[in-house]
Amino acid sequence: MLSVLIVLPLAGALLVALIPREREETIRRAGLAVSLATLAVAAWLFRVFDPASGAMQFAVRVPWIPALGIGYAVGVDGISLLLVGLTAVIFPLALLGSWDSITEQVKWFTVAMLGLEGAVLGTFLALDLILFYVFWEAVLIPMAFLIALWGGPARRYAAIKFFLYTMAASVVMLVAILALHVLGRSLLGERTFDLEVLAAMVLPPGVQAWLFAAFALAFAVKVPVWPLHTWLPDAHTEAPTAGSVILAALLLKMGTYGFVRFGPMLFPQALPASAPLLAALAIVGILYGAVVSWAQTDLKRLIAFSSVSHLGFVMLGIASLTEQGLQGSLIQMVNHGISTGALFLIVGVLYDRTHSRQIADYGGVASLMPRFAAIFTIVMLSSVALPGTNGFVGEFLILLGAFQTSTWWAVLGVGGVILSAVYLLWAYQQVMHGPQAAKHPERLVEVTRREVLVFAPLVALIFFIGVYPKPLLDRSEAAVQAALDRLDRPAMAEPFRRHR
Amino acid sequence: MDDVVIRVGWPLMLVWPLLGWLANGLLGGRLPRTASGVIASASAGASFATALLVASAYRAVAAADAAVSLPIPLFDWLGAGRLTVEASLLVDPLALVMALVVGGVGFLIHVYSIGYMADDPHPSRYFAYLNLFVFAMLLLVSAGNLLLLFVGWELVGLCSYLLIGYWFDRPAAAAAGRKAFVVNRIGDAAFLLGVFLLFVTLGTLDILEIREGVATLSKEERLLAALLLFAGATGKSAQLPLHIWLPDAMEGPTPVSALIHAATMVTAGVFMIARLDRLYLAAPEALMVVATVGALTAFFAATVALRQHDLKRVLAYSTISQLGYMFVGMGVAAPSAGIFHLVTHAFFKALLFLAAGSVMHAMHGVIDMRRLGGLARPLRQTAGGFTIGALALAGVPPFAGFFSKDLILEHAFAFGIRTGNYLPYALGLVTAAVTAVYITRAVLLTFSGPPAEPGAHPHEAPPVMRWPMAALAILSVAGGLLGASVAGAPLLRFLDGLLGVVESGPEAAPHPPAGLLRWLSVAAALAGVLVGWRAHRGRREPVLGRVGVFLEQRWYIDALYDRAIVGPGHTLARWLAGPFDLGVIDGAVNLVGRGLGALGGQARRLQTGYARQYALGVLIGTVLILGYWMLRW
Amino acid sequence: MVPSSAYLALSAALFTLGAVGVLVRRSALIIFMSVELMLNSVNLAFVTFARMHRSIEGQVVVFFVLVVAAVEVVVGLALIVDIFRSRESVDIDDVDLLRG
Repeated sequence: MLSVLIVLPLAGALLVALIPREREETIRRAGLAVSLATLAVAAWLFRVFDPASGAMQFAVRVPWIPALGIGYAVGVDGISLLLVGLTAVIFPLALLGSWDSITEQVKWFTVAMLGLEGAVLGTFLALDLILFYVFWEAVLIPMAFLIALWGGPARRYAAIKFFLYTMAASVVMLVAILALHVLGRSLLGERTFDLEVLAAMVLPPGVQAWLFAAFALAFAVKVPVWPLHTWLPDAHTEAPTAGSVILAALLLKMGTYGFVRFGPMLFPQALPASAPLLAALAIVGILYGAVVSWAQTDLKRLIAFSSVSHLGFVMLGIASLTEQGLQGSLIQMVNHGISTGALFLIVGVLYDRTHSRQIADYGGVASLMPRFAAIFTIVMLSSVALPGTNGFVGEFLILLGAFQTSTWWAVLGVGGVILSAVYLLWAYQQVMHGPQAAKHPERLVEVTRREVLVFAPLVALIFFIGVYPKPLLDRSEAAVQAALDRLDRPAMAEPFRRHR
Repeated sequence: MDDVVIRVGWPLMLVWPLLGWLANGLLGGRLPRTASGVIASASAGASFATALLVASAYRAVAAADAAVSLPIPLFDWLGAGRLTVEASLLVDPLALVMALVVGGVGFLIHVYSIGYMADDPHPSRYFAYLNLFVFAMLLLVSAGNLLLLFVGWELVGLCSYLLIGYWFDRPAAAAAGRKAFVVNRIGDAAFLLGVFLLFVTLGTLDILEIREGVATLSKEERLLAALLLFAGATGKSAQLPLHIWLPDAMEGPTPVSALIHAATMVTAGVFMIARLDRLYLAAPEALMVVATVGALTAFFAATVALRQHDLKRVLAYSTISQLGYMFVGMGVAAPSAGIFHLVTHAFFKALLFLAAGSVMHAMHGVIDMRRLGGLARPLRQTAGGFTIGALALAGVPPFAGFFSKDLILEHAFAFGIRTGNYLPYALGLVTAAVTAVYITRAVLLTFSGPPAEPGAHPHEAPPVMRWPMAALAILSVAGGLLGASVAGAPLLRFLDGLLGVVESGPEAAPHPPAGLLRWLSVAAALAGVLVGWRAHRGRREPVLGRVGVFLEQRWYIDALYDRAIVGPGHTLARWLAGPFDLGVIDGAVNLVGRGLGALGGQARRLQTGYARQYALGVLIGTVLILGYWMLRW
Repeated sequence: MVPSSAYLALSAALFTLGAVGVLVRRSALIIFMSVELMLNSVNLAFVTFARMHRSIEGQVVVFFVLVVAAVEVVVGLALIVDIFRSRESVDIDDVDLLRG
């Protein structure tokens, strides 16, 4: 059943490739239809998913290259379910959002997007390490093309940097995957890359540390964890709107997902042992990203650095290794996908009109585009994590989790809460408020119906998750609990001393 | 029956302004211009009426003066692991009093706004924000757990941001809104840490459970939690050192200043301490901090108000100062007195702001007192209203402010007897006199003498603006009866059942000489009025030299923030973004890239392009490998 | 009965001839033929070993090699013809577009 999720977009990509390139409108519609069909499947999955179980559900295991122990194994649990849902929601919106802005090579753009969707879903669903690696790397190809073909002026540089940087780190992970396989053969006497089988191994601590370091490097570059973040601003800035949206909303989540998925399963000792280091880097990332955002002149770069800061929160929640922190991280991954995805779409709206990303080229836009201003305000507030919006739920749980592990982590993390208000409100004011100062006021026309259609689901999700996050939290709870139970660490102090 | 009224009415009270917000927010442009204000006022009025109904039902449920806390659970909000937070509301005397003030004053200011914003091109946006604010504030006061309270707490901050920056095309307004939000956020961050501390130690955020659980906390935990939450209150209620946003907030429309920045939102910090009175009463050191900060703020802000030229800024500093009094009330373990002052202050300060708004309305936006003057004749009702508010603020009996301020001072004196710390009382008394001086100055500069700019032809406000002022004027005169002993002090009796009183030791604390203290208060107020009259009669401004500049520059605190935090912060940001991020971190990445490139440049010399050379290489390599294996073998 | 060592010696000799041919000749065609020689010398060695070890596998591999050789001829000759068409020469040292 899960295979449908992966195959549908890939088959859709093939289908679109068969449509003659001149029929651009048909191609766009077909792409959207395929991604909507995927969304429908994901929605169905969300409904039938059993929240009470922390194990893999709907798992499928088929031998692929049996001689090497490589299998096609997919499955979904509470951790991947949320990200699968997010992926399925973001892609149709990204396609719809670039309806008018992509006018060249529409066919290959749509093919690349659908291929990307299949690969991202595969990454989140794969249970076999080789399969995971294949999808993990397969994501790079369409993404690099998206940047290199439809990107901004420095797109070549950005695409190559993105590709090489993340690839170089991933290859290290491949080595670790092979090492796990070899260890599995000697420790379990089985040729396999199956995650759940390999998870049964008890690795010696030294080996575990090295292998975890290799995995962590690949994930950390993807997240990106400070100081491995410099590919991100370039890639974000040069990518077309849809590319930035996918990059921010989904590709970065692959890194944090990797930590949550593989950390507890394969490295139950190494993960807790390295948690303080991860938390320290996360906190530096939170504060650093926020401060650097404040000094940006390019809107997209600003949002890119805000991602560094926000993903720092996600990492902090993971490093806290508490139920609250991990749940918060998961929900914050979804939140960041929604709100930062929306922020990039917002920049896209402006860019489509004036072809400028410079903050200085705008000013007083709110009076020209009041409806747009309302959308921007809501999205910005969600990014600032105002209560009532989704961002608050995530940040609250993360900081609460961090507080339990170490008070200082939370104290420093809270600094990021303040700084996010500083730079986002500053940027908002520069662009939207003040006297009319935009370079091309005549081009700044109010958002169209199509654009409203893009933002409406995101705004609805912002409020829904902010007010009633229970459906999401319920589904991830059992899996998070199962992941934490696997960890091999000194018993933590009972967090709530009294009353319960 | 009464129970049902409470259970349905209390959440319903929140629904009305939410509906108003939706109506104005979604239909905004399509509504006729006058409809926006009417819808918004009606929803605020409906909230007030609902709160009244609930209050009367509550009186019927709760016997005589005993306080009953009725929790109203709504739904499971967020949960992870053993942590679950339920969205729940709470009905008790404190919440009822606050809801009535918010609903009542809110309703009056909505009505006033219809007139004030009559010329605005998009009143629907304004009224949508205003309704959202009423919703958020009511949520804050009716919340049954600390996290929901925090939601309201941040949402009122949001509305404040939106409304201060309502005229966003004015850079000063946009910047002021942002400043308010960010400064509030600093306090909120501390507040959040306090919430975490309570959550982790108690395992609950339910307010009733926190009240129960305080006793199980260690001394340090109580102190730390109380101080962290108070840090949040200093942000929201503009106390030292986070007061800097409130004067700037005067860039917003004046009714907003009246509602948010005088009567309701800024008192949230005071309310929060009353809400968690058990926690604070159990942490005497924290109470000492609260009382001291409150007293210092009261004094500081009152002195600054002496030398401001902008009428609204005078009122803003006055608000900061009066909030300081309320915190003194909280700090000296007299929460009922603090809330009493909160209520009377809401009446007279809202009145003062609305009157100032009427002046602005009449003078086409001029608010600098150096350009006003002589308005008593053309604006008779406004001048009358302002004067009543001023007398109440100055603490002249029998106006409302006198009773509440005097009650706080009495408690502050008792606090001095108990702890030996007379600073709150002394500063409070001095501040009372200073208050009378600056508000007398404001009245004289604005309304007396000849007009500074004779060309202007001020006109009195329309009835829709005058009626709310009249209502508030009545409340400013009669509001004191709520807490005056002659009238049986119904408000205090209502609250005292709930709000804890500090346990006195075995030897009952010596009673302060109430009569003497009262006369001292009266004397301070009258002396202040007299000094103000003498100094500023005929719209004179006595030269104060360097002291005057010091006050005019607001004790240089704003400048200090700019120099010490904002400036260096921005420099740091630019340095990090430029030289550090692009230079060092990205430089290192590019260095790796370039290094590999250079290596490739060297290696490419091996590629001669002669296929036969490659073949030779292959051969040699093969031979070498074979040779190696053979030798090993 | 010819001893296996003789086959192996022949195989080695052919392989060396082929290798030297590849290295010293400049004509693409000759080089190509030398490569074929090397492949077939290897085939010979495979068959020999297959007989020595009474195993069929070596002979199977020979078929693979033959197929590869055939494929190589197809592609390689096509390339050579194409080079000849564009340059009027098959001197391998003239084709150095990949020089770094």
